[in-house]
Amino acid sequence: MSALSLFNYWAVIGLMMLGYYCVIVRGNMIKKIIGLGIFQTSVFILFISAGKVLGGSTPILREGVSVYSNPLPHVLILTAIVVGVATTAVGLAIAVRVQEAFGSINDDDLDRLGYDSQDEDAA
Amino acid sequence: MNLTELMPFSVLIPLIAAPLVALLPGRVAPWLVASASAISALAIAVATWIGVSQAGVLRYAFGNWPPPIGIEYRVDAANAFVALLITAMAAIMLIWGRATVNREVPERQGAFYALFLLAVSGLLGITLTGDIFNVFVFLEISSLATYALIAHGGDRRALLAAFRYLIMGTVGATFLLIGIGFLYIMTGTLNMVDLAERLPAIGESRALQVGLAFIVVGLALKLALFPLHLWLPNAYTYAPSLVSAFIAATATKVALYVMLRFIFTVFAPEYSFSALPLAMAFTVLAIGAMFAGSWLALLQDNLKRLLAYSSVAQVGYMVLGVSFGTVLGLSASFLHLFNHGLMKGALFVAAGIIFHQTGSVRLDSLRGLGRVMPWTLTGLALAGLSLIGIPPTAGFISKWYLISAAIDAQQTWLVVLILLSSLMALAYIARLVELAWMQPRPADAPQVSEAPIGLLAPLWLLVLANFYFGIDTRLTVGGATAAAEALLGMGG
Repeated sequence: MSALSLFNYWAVIGLMMLGYYCVIVRGNMIKKIIGLGIFQTSVFILFISAGKVLGGSTPILREGVSVYSNPLPHVLILTAIVVGVATTAVGLAIAVRVQEAFGSINDDDLDRLGYDSQDEDAA
Repeated sequence: MNLTELMPFSVLIPLIAAPLVALLPGRVAPWLVASASAISALAIAVATWIGVSQAGVLRYAFGNWPPPIGIEYRVDAANAFVALLITAMAAIMLIWGRATVNREVPERQGAFYALFLLAVSGLLGITLTGDIFNVFVFLEISSLATYALIAHGGDRRALLAAFRYLIMGTVGATFLLIGIGFLYIMTGTLNMVDLAERLPAIGESRALQVGLAFIVVGLALKLALFPLHLWLPNAYTYAPSLVSAFIAATATKVALYVMLRFIFTVFAPEYSFSALPLAMAFTVLAIGAMFAGSWLALLQDNLKRLLAYSSVAQVGYMVLGVSFGTVLGLSASFLHLFNHGLMKGALFVAAGIIFHQTGSVRLDSLRGLGRVMPWTLTGLALAGLSLIGIPPTAGFISKWYLISAAIDAQQTWLVVLILLSSLMALAYIARLVELAWMQPRPADAPQVSEAPIGLLAPLWLLVLANFYFGIDTRLTVGGATAAAEALLGMGG
């Protein structure tokens, strides 16, 4: 098996690192959510790639086919995609509220606004 | 309907009630339906717990697909014990929380209670299921609901706390998903019992080792194990009182339970502790949590944040019990998991009452409050005694078992560290007592009065439970020991 035949897995590793890096380094909330999306998608590709059986056909029962790819990872990932969409939606909704409340969605600005100061507690 | 068929309904009732509650108008109807569903979930959890202690294991296959093909709920002593804690806390908190929610979330309470029920059913789902992918799905259901609940906090910084939790929580859950993927790729099954049977045949495998590592790290994020606790203090501080009290009492415990399920049931402990240096890592991180958490708690000037850092420290005790890898250590962890739910629940309920009556949880505003609100502050102080671990409280029992487990594992030096960090807990609780009773009420302090009985009764129920379980330990110690034996016995 050559290195190239594992292309999917190299792509998974690349996307995973890229997304995770984006989550950690970017200060902008939208960019963090984008990074999170890339990070999650890489895991989806990992599952889907693992479901492929070499020489297997699409998992539909029919005449003359005996080797099928594994359909279960697709089903799992369908669920995980829904979870990912929901996470993105909640994240974006919070980002909108943050923009309304603070006038910025950038970590640096928010730090400058005194996020950790205790002055507002009585409010 | 027999008990096996009834058991899944403790998850299903809150899940089905949630959309219904979201549609209900006004303030009374959503609360009534939410409380009713939490109480029925509690009733089922109690019945399940009694059933499990007689029958051993209850299994329910969804859609009549026999496992490992279908998803099954598999309840033994360990998850019945955790489910009991979750449902009891949900029911007590909902009954208590109505007045605080009216104050802190004045509008669209239907949606708020619906989210709360989703969080409850998600946590219960994680606890009861016997399928590892199902764990991920329920983990995300409860987490997403929790992010939205935290964002409901009155302070605008609640939004930032919720966002930070969302990012860190999702990274943790995705790590868990990667780990589950590795397990599935190696074995072709998602059922916990099936996995436990198939994994030993694979033997030494880098993929399994990596999978276990991803699962442990992902769940360590969820359970706020030091130094992955950064999301916790602000989330607990700025969330509405009801949400702080509920998640402080349950959410991290469920993450701990599911981590133990993976380490001890899915992978056998012999494998987990040899494939990764878990004993060492848990010991070091637990000690870090115990001291860093207690130290940071000492420095806070906000009551809820102080309690949140104290939670970080208490998670350390639970993980320390796990690090021994013995039945005694695990029992101590489960015992502390339950007892800490009781004491932190009581403390956050007291903090919620103080916020409801005075509008602030800053330590400054506690000055002289002991004379004005004696019942609330006495409750706070007594729950604090349990947190320190003074007999005859539940906290003493869990420290006692933890120390016995340390001596049993021949790690006597840890006893000193446990006692030292308890002294730090004594220091921050003493500070609260000193503020509330020894100092005079400032002349310009706002007029406050004692809370109504409706708010005080649940607080005192929890406080008295702390004392009750400090004296009569049959339920807690028996349950925790059975839980530890169930975890160790099933896979090994």
